Amino acid sequence: MVGEDLERLTRGVSLTRGLGRSYGDSSLPPERGGKIASSRLADRILGFDPETGVLRAEAGLSLLTLNSALLERGWFTPVTPGTQFVTLGGMVASDVHGKNHHEAGTFGRHVTRVRLRTGGGAIVDAGPGTERELFDATVGGMGLTGHILEVEVRLSAVASPWIWSESESAPDFETLAERLVDAGATWPYTVAWADLLHPSGRGLLVKGRWAQPDEAAGRTFGWPSAVSVPVDMPGWAINPLSMRMFNALYYRRHGRKTRAGVVHPQPFFYPLDVVHDWNRAYGSRGFTQYQCVIPKAAGVEAAAKFARFVREIGGLPCLVVVKDFGPEGSGLLSFPKPGLTFAIDLPVTGATPSLVARFNDVVAEAGGRIYLTKDAFSSREHFRAMEPRWTAFDEVRRLWDPDRTIRSAQSVRLLGDDE
Amino acid sequence: MNVVFCGATKGIGRAVARHMAQRGDRFALLGRDVDDLKRSGSDLEAMGGSVASTIRCDLMDLASIAPALDEAWAALEKVDAVVVTAGLFDLHETLESDSALRDRVLTVDFTNTVHLCELAGPRLLAGGGGTLAVVSSVAGDRPRKTIYLYGAAKAGLGHYLEGLDLKYRGNGLRVVNVKPGFIKTGMTANAKVPPFATTPEAIAPAVVRAIDRGTSVVYVPFVWRLVMLAVRSLPKFMMRKLNF
Repeated sequence: MVGEDLERLTRGVSLTRGLGRSYGDSSLPPERGGKIASSRLADRILGFDPETGVLRAEAGLSLLTLNSALLERGWFTPVTPGTQFVTLGGMVASDVHGKNHHEAGTFGRHVTRVRLRTGGGAIVDAGPGTERELFDATVGGMGLTGHILEVEVRLSAVASPWIWSESESAPDFETLAERLVDAGATWPYTVAWADLLHPSGRGLLVKGRWAQPDEAAGRTFGWPSAVSVPVDMPGWAINPLSMRMFNALYYRRHGRKTRAGVVHPQPFFYPLDVVHDWNRAYGSRGFTQYQCVIPKAAGVEAAAKFARFVREIGGLPCLVVVKDFGPEGSGLLSFPKPGLTFAIDLPVTGATPSLVARFNDVVAEAGGRIYLTKDAFSSREHFRAMEPRWTAFDEVRRLWDPDRTIRSAQSVRLLGDDE
Repeated sequence: MNVVFCGATKGIGRAVARHMAQRGDRFALLGRDVDDLKRSGSDLEAMGGSVASTIRCDLMDLASIAPALDEAWAALEKVDAVVVTAGLFDLHETLESDSALRDRVLTVDFTNTVHLCELAGPRLLAGGGGTLAVVSSVAGDRPRKTIYLYGAAKAGLGHYLEGLDLKYRGNGLRVVNVKPGFIKTGMTANAKVPPFATTPEAIAPAVVRAIDRGTSVVYVPFVWRLVMLAVRSLPKFMMRKLNF
């Protein structure tokens, strides 16, 4: 159900979704065709204080709207995921992370308050200082603690709307991982891309920071317009050979030397937003992602072992994005913890569930966990093994919603709402 | 630009007002629910605009219109444009079966919008001229089986707007008739989505351009001008057969 009045829209529905960019089933109704609310038309900014950077908005405000309104005036979200087609409510529910996780943590760290309609129907404000338990369960709680109606968050002041970016290639996975972690000491934004179709696991390291006004002098800022993938590509367009060629091209195009310069934030943060409906390149069966974290405690060898495992399995990883996480946040189900995270594109085939199960075996053994926002195929058993925190979360959830009236396809699958 | 805006809280109005706010326009916001107007006011101010006043004005309540305009003029002092995006919509079958709802749609989309324009026009002329931009619909271009009640109200409104423009443009009142195609808003959430459907954000720049230039009739998005040209040229026997 769609409408501008989210408070009214969320009465008696089982779930609220934002822009539907989760790769998994967390924003889908518990049963096919079930009624859920969409927050996307509830997108007004309710207050912005240019002294403190504190912004209060309806939960459906998209990052696209926020960025086009405030970036040129010197303000940016403290944490951004890899697309602007997300809502503030979704960013809280997923407790999103970005290239600056080692420094800024997750989005939830910067949220000062959320307004929720709980499963019991009451409208409740929760934040670090009020209803702390509910707040912690809501941050990264996949929208299960209540319908998020409003979000208050402290934005970051930026020196200019431009990014100073440097990138370099690394000959193998171990070097890449090491340089990624080292770069975090001096760079606010870091990320790596690994070619796990190549035996070495070579890759590229990208670093960035906001450009100083003098570095970006003479540039006129604007947001580029988008192009679309007009039709679903045939299923065979993505195959082992085309993927290997794509990866080799991506790696070669960069060359061996370091590249540095001022870039637009769009290609830096949101490379895929330029192509609308880019997922259609994967054909009508679509694709999913697998994202896990291999904890620091398990050592770099464990991460390298996982990379080797992905390579050997040959599960068609197109772009494997690698990022080092800083400390864990306060969200009871928040994904990041210290270690290395891998995000792997997986075209959906009949073999995808068993592939995900094999990944999960390795991740569980290393003491890692998976990102619920991207999960559609994990089993309840794997989830519980990787996520011992789920009982604490479930307790708070039941406190506010004893009958678990707010639920999703994912919560039925992983948290056992049908038990 | 100083703008009296009726309908900025939702749908096309929200997107158009935001687009104007981003270049620093100043508003008097008119609408049914003052609390809701205030929420939109905060949004427009965060976008870079300023809001001089939020004023209750209900298009179901004829008596509320003139005082609201007086208050808006007093708050802005100089008014450059009056923009009316407020309107009602419902599915054709519902409008056929529910006479009270039918009355509301005809009153809001035609009768009282005409009254609002009749009250706003002289005020703009008294201030040396200005722009009166009103949203009608492509549904008014030709009757279709699935939408002719709503279409009749919008056709009547369009007829009126073009007449007003003919008579007063020479005196400085520029009347802009905005004809959107199918736009995905809360208002149309229950309707079946046809081809060429788009979002309020996508058409907002074209609407603002038409307001700035004083274009007398503007189809948004442009493709609907061609679509309606084709629809208008269809023979009647086909219009009887087609269900669109």
